[in-house]
Amino acid sequence: MKTGSLDVARLVIARDLRLAFRKPSQLLQPLMFFMIVATLFPLTLTPEMSRLRDAAPGVLWVGALLSSLLALEFLFREDAQDGTLEQFALSGQSLTWMLFAKTCVHWLLTGLPLALSAPVAAVGLGVPAEAMWSVVASVALGGFALSLIGAISAGLTLGARRGGVLLSLLTLPLAVPILVFGADATHRAITGGDIGPPMQLLGAIAVLGVTLAPLAASAAVRIGLE
Amino acid sequence: MLNVSGLHLWRGDRHVLRGVSFAATAGQCVLLTGKNGAGKTTLLRAIAGLLEPEEGEVSWRGTPARKSRDEFHADMAYLGHEPPLKGDLSGRENLRFSTGIRRPVTAAEIDAALARTGASAFADRSVRMLSAGQKRRVALAGVLLSGAVLWLLDEPTTNLDADGQQLVARLIEEQLGRAGIVVAAVHHSMNLAAGEVVPLELAA
Repeated sequence: MKTGSLDVARLVIARDLRLAFRKPSQLLQPLMFFMIVATLFPLTLTPEMSRLRDAAPGVLWVGALLSSLLALEFLFREDAQDGTLEQFALSGQSLTWMLFAKTCVHWLLTGLPLALSAPVAAVGLGVPAEAMWSVVASVALGGFALSLIGAISAGLTLGARRGGVLLSLLTLPLAVPILVFGADATHRAITGGDIGPPMQLLGAIAVLGVTLAPLAASAAVRIGLE
Repeated sequence: MLNVSGLHLWRGDRHVLRGVSFAATAGQCVLLTGKNGAGKTTLLRAIAGLLEPEEGEVSWRGTPARKSRDEFHADMAYLGHEPPLKGDLSGRENLRFSTGIRRPVTAAEIDAALARTGASAFADRSVRMLSAGQKRRVALAGVLLSGAVLWLLDEPTTNLDADGQQLVARLIEEQLGRAGIVVAAVHHSMNLAAGEVVPLELAA
C-alpha cells in the first residue's frame, strides 16, 4: 500500500521543521542580515525622518530579497549532498508535490520570520505604526512568491559546484516584478494609500508560482541529480 | 521482470556503458563485477532512472520504466555509495521518514528491521555520530523496510565488518527467497546459499 499524498506532505514538512530546529543558527542568519542591512541605511543615508520614510520601501524590499537569497541556497543543497533528495526522487511519489511541501516549509522558516521582523526594521526607517500590518502582509505574500521562484533556481544550480552566486544571478531578474509590486504596496501603506491593487498583483504572481514553480523545480532537480 | 537492453551511456566524452543487456526474473541475483571505472555505479544509476541513457531501455514488468516511472520506483529500492541519511536525525527518525513516504509503516516494523541488521543499539543516536559501517547497517534496514521487489545495491558490503558482510549475503538470500530481484555491484564474489546468481562482468 502506498502512502497518500497528504501524508507524504505531512512527513516532508515534519522532517524539515525538525531539521531546522536542530540547527537554529541557520534560521537566524538571514534574519540578522536583514536587520543589520535595514539599520545601516538610517546610519548612512540621513537622520531626517521624512527622507528615510521615502527610502523605506526600497530598503525593506531589497533587504528582504537579499536575505531570502541567503537562505535559498540551503533549500535543496544539503539534501542533494547527503543523498536524501535522491530518495525523494526514487520514492515513487510525486517529486513535484514533495518539493512544493519543502518550499512551503522554507517560506515558513525564512519568509514569514522576515515579514514578522519587518516592523522592527521599519520603525527605524520612520514608517508610521498604522502602516505596519500592511508592511507585514506585503512582505509575507511577496516572500512566498519569492520562495517559489527561488525553488526553480535552487534546483537548477544543484549541479553547480559553487552555486551561490549563480543562484542570485538566476533569481534576481525573475524577482523584479515581486520587488516592484511589493515596494509599491509598502509605499502606499506608508503614504496612506490603497494597497489593494499591488497586493492583488503579488497574489497573482504567487498563484502563478504555486502552479508552475514546483513543476519546473522538480524537472530541474532531476537534471541536477544526474 | 527486469529487462535491460542495449544501454549506451556517455559521461562527457567517455563511452561508459557500451550496449549493456541483461534480464532478471524473480529469485535471481545479478552480480555486477568489473574494474574501478568499468561503469558499475553508472549502470545501477541508469537502471534506477537517475541517469538517462543515450540509447537502450530499461523495462520492468514488460513496460518501459521511463514511461511508468512512479510505479517502477515504488517497486524498487536503491542503495548507493553513501547511505542516504540525514546527519542531524537519528537512524530511527531517518527510517520513519524514508519508509513513510513510500508506505505506511509502524514503529514495530522499524524495530524489527533495525534488529535484523544489527542496528538497534545505535538507532536513536544522531546519524552524524555513527561510524560508516553503522550508517550502512541503518541504510540496509531502510532497504529491508521498503518492501521493494527490486533491490539495486552499489557495493553493499563497503565499510562492513566480516559479520556485516555475512549479513548482506543473508539479506540478499532472503530477498531472493521472497521472489525478489537483486542487482548488486560487488568487488568480491559473494557466496549465496540460495537463489540463482547471474554474473555480469562490465569491461572497462
